[in-house]
Amino acid sequence: MTDTASSPKPPAPSPPLSSPPGSSPPGFSPPGAADERLAQVGVLTTILKRPDTGAFIGAVAVFLLFAWTARGVNWAGDPGIWSTWLNTAAYDGIVAVPVALLMIGGEFDLSSGVMIGSSGLLLGILTTKADWNIWPSIVVVLLFGLAIGFVNGFTVVKTRLPSFIVTLGTFFMLRGLNAGLTIKITGGVSINDIDKAPGFDFAHKLFASTVWNKYGLAVPVVWWLGFTLVAAWVLSRTRFGNWIFSVGGDPVAARNVGVPVARTKILLFMATSLVASTWGIMTAVALRGMQSNEGVGREFEFIIAAVVGGCLLTGGYGSVLGAAFGAMILGMAQIGIISSGWDSNWVYFFEGVVLISAVMLNTAIRRRAERAR
Amino acid sequence: MSSAGGNGAHLLELEGVSKYFGNVLALRDVSLHVDAGAVTCILGDNGAGKSTLIKILSGVHHYDEGVLRVDGEGVRFASPRDARHAGIATVYQDLAMVPLMSIWRNFFLGEEPVKGRWPVSRFDIRFAKQTAREQMGQMGIDVRDPDQPVGTLSGGERQAVAIARAIYFGARVLILDEPTSALGVKQAGVVLRYVVRAAERGVGVIFITHNPHHAFPVGDHFVLLNRGRVIGDHVKGAVTRDQLVREMAGGAELEALTHELEGAVDT
Repeated sequence: MTDTASSPKPPAPSPPLSSPPGSSPPGFSPPGAADERLAQVGVLTTILKRPDTGAFIGAVAVFLLFAWTARGVNWAGDPGIWSTWLNTAAYDGIVAVPVALLMIGGEFDLSSGVMIGSSGLLLGILTTKADWNIWPSIVVVLLFGLAIGFVNGFTVVKTRLPSFIVTLGTFFMLRGLNAGLTIKITGGVSINDIDKAPGFDFAHKLFASTVWNKYGLAVPVVWWLGFTLVAAWVLSRTRFGNWIFSVGGDPVAARNVGVPVARTKILLFMATSLVASTWGIMTAVALRGMQSNEGVGREFEFIIAAVVGGCLLTGGYGSVLGAAFGAMILGMAQIGIISSGWDSNWVYFFEGVVLISAVMLNTAIRRRAERAR
Repeated sequence: MSSAGGNGAHLLELEGVSKYFGNVLALRDVSLHVDAGAVTCILGDNGAGKSTLIKILSGVHHYDEGVLRVDGEGVRFASPRDARHAGIATVYQDLAMVPLMSIWRNFFLGEEPVKGRWPVSRFDIRFAKQTAREQMGQMGIDVRDPDQPVGTLSGGERQAVAIARAIYFGARVLILDEPTSALGVKQAGVVLRYVVRAAERGVGVIFITHNPHHAFPVGDHFVLLNRGRVIGDHVKGAVTRDQLVREMAGGAELEALTHELEGAVDT
């Protein structure tokens, strides 16, 4: 995908604002004397400094690409097509929200994909094998999500092992449990008939119906929007948001000024598993059943969305809004490639290209913006 | 220089403090005091025990023997938070700042001002930006853009942010851990001015350094540490720069070494 890479280059940085070398010692400009320099922090520089600018440019570029290649099906103008790719984007976008926060907090969760399967299967077992009402089952599944997140976070914080390793372990254990227990309990590889559980209809309305029937816009898109707005607000406007940036940017410094680093990280892991569980519930309700391998491999798509969205792999920098743009790019890719009449196998290739070009674009923008302060 | 609080006690005082790590004696019988508006320099070479001393004062380590007094009252800090609540702020060498975060985010990190009620209680960003800017102005720095990441500031400016932050949060005792050691000559000079300015604002400053040339012009009181012990304690005016340099380097040891070297050259 050369479109992102060849999208309009960020314009030349505004002239450096710091005083020229050899003038008065840095930091000793008398207050007030430098006011005219303030105006030079241009609107453009401010925009370029945002971590999600690259993802936004990328999303527009991908949209325009398909608007051209899929013009035969009226890609740009048909609300039905918008709904389709938004539905698909929500599929990645919902879990990408906490994954982005976690990444800004300096950690990974490779078990976020398989948690979808585990949660859906648990819901299935509780409703079809224990014959519970769906609502208490949902509460138990969400508690299960919180518990797994706590175990992930606690293990990472206590052992100081990389979260990559710890959650890879969780991933494989859950994957084995999903398959093993499903076979043991059902004799097959899936759990079905969740829709027979009492209370299912309302759950279906809440999690898996459409909000705009005419064009098939699904309700998860609304959930996605809600999660994104709440998380973006938490990240940029609250104390906890400041702590997230700090524990990812420099955990030692954060600890020294009194930020509860361990608690912040554990809460982020819990949020990630909780949202993955929520998505597992939504998927199980939508499909009225669950395959034992559901969600495996999806964790990378969440990570791609977050990274494309401008989250720094090493933590301390990123944006929730960016992750939403990242998910939109992934959603558009999956639908756009089919709408263009290409083989759907190219989706993975496309996603790989998007990942690399987006990271290069983000890095270039960030370096430029930092120089152009 | 006011040398005592209302009740005649020192702002901060250590008496006979020792610290062991297993069977290693890191500090032995250290006594010193800090007064408001004065700069106490703690001088010592690598391994002299400066870091251990800072950690005891800032509540990171416990001490095994002796007394630590704040305003004449014996205290025992359970955590760095306790020390901060007693008004003792430490500016570490790494400055406890997150380079990727903006000046205002760093300024209030861990002590974020909040407005509104749960669940919509939020970081008061406007106040944070404005205050960070004002406080930096009081240190003599005009912050052009409070959104600027701290990582893009110069070393001296970063020190100023850290010092301004500590004073703003009610530091009565400010511990500066080697604030000049990683800086060039010019930037070091800038930071020394901040040290003096902090004392002028009524803060008791503990300036930790291995460079007597940096300590001499700003210090009111000099404490020399070597191998965990206090080997010298002087007030301003009662000691010359050369004396400090000599004692720093191990006094008699250095003289012996100099003698030996000169002897080697002579023959």
